[in-house]
Amino acid sequence: MPGALVPLAPLLLVAATAALVILLDLLPPRERKGHLAVVALVGVVAALLAALLLWGREGRAFGGMLVLDNFAVFLDVVICYAAALVLLLSMDYLRRNGMETGEYYILVLLATLGMMLMAQAADLIVIFLALELMSLSLYVLAGLFRGRLTSAEASMKYFLLGAFATGFFVYGIALIYGATGTTALDRIAAAAGGLQRDPLLLIGFGLLLVGFGFKISSVPFHMWVPDVYEGAPTSVTALIATGSKAAGFAALLRVLFSTFKVNQPDWTLLLLVVAVLTMTLGNVIAIAQSNLKRMLAYSSIAHVGYMLVGVVAGGALGVGSVLFYLLVYTFTTVGAFGVILLLERGRQEAVELDDYAGLAARHPVLALALALFLLSLVGMPPTAGFAGKFYLFGAAVRSGYIWLVIIAVLNSAVAAYYYLRVVVYMYMREPAGLPTRPAPSFAGRLALAVALWGVFQLGVMPAPVLDLAQAAVAPLLR
Amino acid sequence: MREPILSAVTFLPVLGAVVIALLPRGRAALVRWFAFLVAVATFAVSLLLYAGFDAASADYQFPERLPWMPSFGISYHLGIDGISLLLVLLTTFLSPLALLSSWRAVQDRVKEFSITMLLLETGMLGVFVSLDLFLFYIFWEAMLIPMYLIIGVWGGPARIYAAIKFILYTLTGSVLMLVAILALYFQHGAATGTYTFDLPVLAGYVVPGGSQVWLFLAFAVAFAIKVPLFPFHTWLPDAHVEAPTAGSVILAGVLLKMGTYGFLRFCLPLFPQASLAFVPWIFLLSLVGIVYGAWVSMVQPDLKKLVAYSSVSHLGFVVLGLFTLTPQGIVGGIIQMVNHGLSTGALFLMVGILYERRHTRLIADFGGLWKTIPAFSALFMIVSLSSLGLPGLNGFVGEFLILVGAFAWASGPSAAPAAYLVPVLATSGIVFAAVYLLWMYQRVCFGEITSEANRGLADLTGREWAVLLPVLLFIVWIGVYPRPFTGMTEASVQALITQVQSKVAAAPGGR
Repeated sequence: MPGALVPLAPLLLVAATAALVILLDLLPPRERKGHLAVVALVGVVAALLAALLLWGREGRAFGGMLVLDNFAVFLDVVICYAAALVLLLSMDYLRRNGMETGEYYILVLLATLGMMLMAQAADLIVIFLALELMSLSLYVLAGLFRGRLTSAEASMKYFLLGAFATGFFVYGIALIYGATGTTALDRIAAAAGGLQRDPLLLIGFGLLLVGFGFKISSVPFHMWVPDVYEGAPTSVTALIATGSKAAGFAALLRVLFSTFKVNQPDWTLLLLVVAVLTMTLGNVIAIAQSNLKRMLAYSSIAHVGYMLVGVVAGGALGVGSVLFYLLVYTFTTVGAFGVILLLERGRQEAVELDDYAGLAARHPVLALALALFLLSLVGMPPTAGFAGKFYLFGAAVRSGYIWLVIIAVLNSAVAAYYYLRVVVYMYMREPAGLPTRPAPSFAGRLALAVALWGVFQLGVMPAPVLDLAQAAVAPLLR
Repeated sequence: MREPILSAVTFLPVLGAVVIALLPRGRAALVRWFAFLVAVATFAVSLLLYAGFDAASADYQFPERLPWMPSFGISYHLGIDGISLLLVLLTTFLSPLALLSSWRAVQDRVKEFSITMLLLETGMLGVFVSLDLFLFYIFWEAMLIPMYLIIGVWGGPARIYAAIKFILYTLTGSVLMLVAILALYFQHGAATGTYTFDLPVLAGYVVPGGSQVWLFLAFAVAFAIKVPLFPFHTWLPDAHVEAPTAGSVILAGVLLKMGTYGFLRFCLPLFPQASLAFVPWIFLLSLVGIVYGAWVSMVQPDLKKLVAYSSVSHLGFVVLGLFTLTPQGIVGGIIQMVNHGLSTGALFLMVGILYERRHTRLIADFGGLWKTIPAFSALFMIVSLSSLGLPGLNGFVGEFLILVGAFAWASGPSAAPAAYLVPVLATSGIVFAAVYLLWMYQRVCFGEITSEANRGLADLTGREWAVLLPVLLFIVWIGVYPRPFTGMTEASVQALITQVQSKVAAAPGGR
């Protein structure tokens, strides 16, 4: 491989795999598409390994529009983990729902490519293109179960609101270009130093934040989340909840810390308010949900609030712990959605709380797995969720945001109520009506095993990964 | 002393739980025996701690220290002193008995129950042996889940409500403590340059006045909920009434002690000035708890609720003793923690025995039991007397020392004349305890047999004797000759008082 392309190796691997899957899709067998999943999985895992090998290397490509640094590598790894786990979960899931198509795997790979591009983008135009690549793929994926009204609704809603957000984003880019004459992040940073109070630049920056706010689903741009999470196929929901969120944070953090560093006091204040609103609203509304996918949707909003606490705290510890939390959150959330995806009642997916009544007595292993993922979302030691929250809140305490942390921990206590309610159903209630059964899926179980390993590895031995995360944010903070 | 005995004691139950998880389903008897033997083995190993403990030294003994997250100054640091030793032993002593007591009561999901109980034991032991705030917090939180499951899965009719209430109350308190732990960590780090969660190191640091109050309050609320101190006690009656007998025994016997232990281990040495400043308030809450708990106990129609409210009263005594900051008061408080674990644990066991036979706990459903089950009634009498503090039994020793400590505090230089009200009002709690316990006993065991269902009751079985006799042994032993127990704590208590006083004196603007 020519040296100039080395920094792009993970991206190229995913892109090449996507192209390969498109070709293979045209060849027989026409009925079964399971082999495409395997190819896609191999590609994503190869990209993950390539990213790991590139740790510590710095490089740029395409005239500085793409960058490779430890920050990009760390997020590439998070995204590849998310994509790989989602692919594992998808295999049998699609077949069971009669929706096994080659397009699914192609779109997952393209969405993954878009996410990784966001992590490696060093130019607003590239961020925009990556965002579109990711979003368009996800819009289609959300509507994959075209026979289901909810799936179509999810796709439509996601698309319309996403298009709005993109509009804001592009407008923001235009204003910033107008103010600074460039779209390259580092040159904007250089220009922004002299234009700190320039209204054009500030408005442009604000519009960018609207676009990002939509992608990471922070209040007040969260309205799409519950419907999309509920309606989309569960494997796609898992990808939206983890991969696209990680990608959104990747670009957001890069823009905030390396480009708009001079405005840090302003946006810190803004994000502080957003963080409080996001976690409080997410947690409070989650209490009222009886559909697990909707509940996890609101809880994912709340978790964005926690991560914003780390952004507000700033510094290597604060931003590093956001990256760490993204990894933790990926394992935990994919795991939780994975259990939901494996369970069905009658011919339906088991998404209502009632479907989980008495699950522990009949399927103790799956119930235990879901309980552990939920405990990690609560933040109970010794799961990864505790380590993640500990670092996030620790960073905020160090930066002096005690009140913010108090609000955040009280939010965690509120959240315990609705997460544990699922445990109550599984362990403390008697089953009624049709039994809930798990689908016999080896790949699905493998995905859950990997996610559980992540939840405990990061919970018991978090320090090495946190050190990596802190090293990863160093390029942003210098 | 290089063998990691503390780790062995702490993690032996987890090991047992893992093995039980691998045992075949449906072999309930095997699971029960194995879990019981694991708990007995844990107790046996913990006796090594007693044997090897140097009572003359106030240092942390059997230390173990391994770096865990060095970049954060977090280490796996274990050690016990005279304060924690007795609580560790109490935990390992009560756990096998609780398991044994549930052989008949728990018929459903025996395997899961045994695993949960053993995990709970590890969590509790971990809280008492941790000398690193991070490690302590991990155990403190991790222990909530097994207790939550024990109440929620194997509890009574309103178990789900009780379980959720229990976990939300305690979780709210403990997350605030987490913020305080982090704040302390960074404050200490910024002031001294050493970032560490190590308790002995942090205890050497004098937290500046303003923030000390806030940190103290955050810790104190977490502990007050756990104790529970009035007005944070409302989760307790629900949890106790709904929990299965084994859960109630552990809850009353050990879990509540974590709150009082926390005051002693963390609040006093870390925030001495704030602790002293809050003494009047803590005394007020303790006294309200003592009197209120006793009064409410009197009118309970349900035996378990009566014992639950009596815990509020008794734990009020313990907190009172600890905050007198006199040697007698603190030693008395520690002994009373053990006593309460034994007496209340035994009361719950005996109520559980009655419940297994009659499936009711209402006092009105009993009467004249002395005529049908004399052995039970006799033991019940001893346990009730121990709980109300009859001289010669264990409760008296603790309460007496606490009251001596309270009088010593009231006659101290810093106390106002009205301070004598504190021991006087506390003493009234003992009188009320006699009222509610003896009246309860009278209605349950004396008089005519009012209900035909009580005529055919079977007296204690061999297993029940095996559960109760060890407790009775210690009830009498501590009552007659408390020296082997008090002697273990005195050096550590003295060191704690000295540390508090020197830190108060060293502080700028200290008294």
